[in-house]
Amino acid sequence: MKAKIVVTPKKAVVDPQGKTVQNALTQMGYTGIGAVHVGKYLEVELAGMEVEAARRQIDDACHRILSNPVIEDYRFEIE
Amino acid sequence: MNFVVLQFPASNCDQDAVHVLRNVLGHSARLLWHKEHSLGDAEAVIVPGGFSFGDYLRTGAIARFSPVMHAVQGFAANGGLVLGICNGFQILCEAGLLPGALVRNRSLQFRCEPVFLKTATADSPFTNRIPEGKLLRLPIAHGEGCYFAEDQTLAGLRAGNQVLWRYVNAQGEATPGSNPNGSLENIAGICNQARNVAGLMPHPERASEPILGCADGRLVFESMIQALESRPGGKTT
Repeated sequence: MKAKIVVTPKKAVVDPQGKTVQNALTQMGYTGIGAVHVGKYLEVELAGMEVEAARRQIDDACHRILSNPVIEDYRFEIE
Repeated sequence: MNFVVLQFPASNCDQDAVHVLRNVLGHSARLLWHKEHSLGDAEAVIVPGGFSFGDYLRTGAIARFSPVMHAVQGFAANGGLVLGICNGFQILCEAGLLPGALVRNRSLQFRCEPVFLKTATADSPFTNRIPEGKLLRLPIAHGEGCYFAEDQTLAGLRAGNQVLWRYVNAQGEATPGSNPNGSLENIAGICNQARNVAGLMPHPERASEPILGCADGRLVFESMIQALESRPGGKTT
């Protein structure tokens, strides 16, 4: 079993990395490029538990350490 | 006074802080490894600069769960003085001991240069010795020092007089040009509501002796010493 976690900067937080990537894409000639947000992707391998227990545990970990709720949002799936 | 300077894997300003407190200011200062569970006889705690745990995940995110931070939480809750410098500021924010967060510099550059700071209030254990109107010239060295907090948190900081230092130009004006990292409202350092926990991105410990070009940083440590000595129970060293 594996948790796939995506952490992204909150919209209110200035994201200079996203802005820089956006500018690069536009300069390269890609059209219709809007705002870009650069976040993080984590995979956590899990063993020896039910899916619901895994979900609860990962949600807790996301809230406490894997993301900072002041500046980031997170979402994840267990598969 | 008995200072404790925390040491995490990849702290790198810990020795500088001990040097200033011990050799420049003549107080007791000892290093404390992050795996320790007790602060012992500490009267004040310095959370030093560096790149604790390689800045992995987020700056300060892993250090804040080190065993010693549990002791720091209790120490702070009992009114103990805690100062976080640079990575120490980031750790204290991650730990929830200070509001807000430090994010990537708006320029995406690692900025390593002297800056001017204006002290917003002398009403704190970290600023009481700083003469009104005096600008501090201190070095910065960080890639993630852009102070961010939600509007409501910022309003609370203003209302509570919790902003201690702002980045300014040589004339003492907080301008966009004098803001090295994009911090909201040019904020360089803050304290908590109870005023016993503070953090700042610039490095007072790197500018506390004339031989280093500037001794303005002493004023921050001297303020802490003055605050400790004037507490009930008074001077112990």
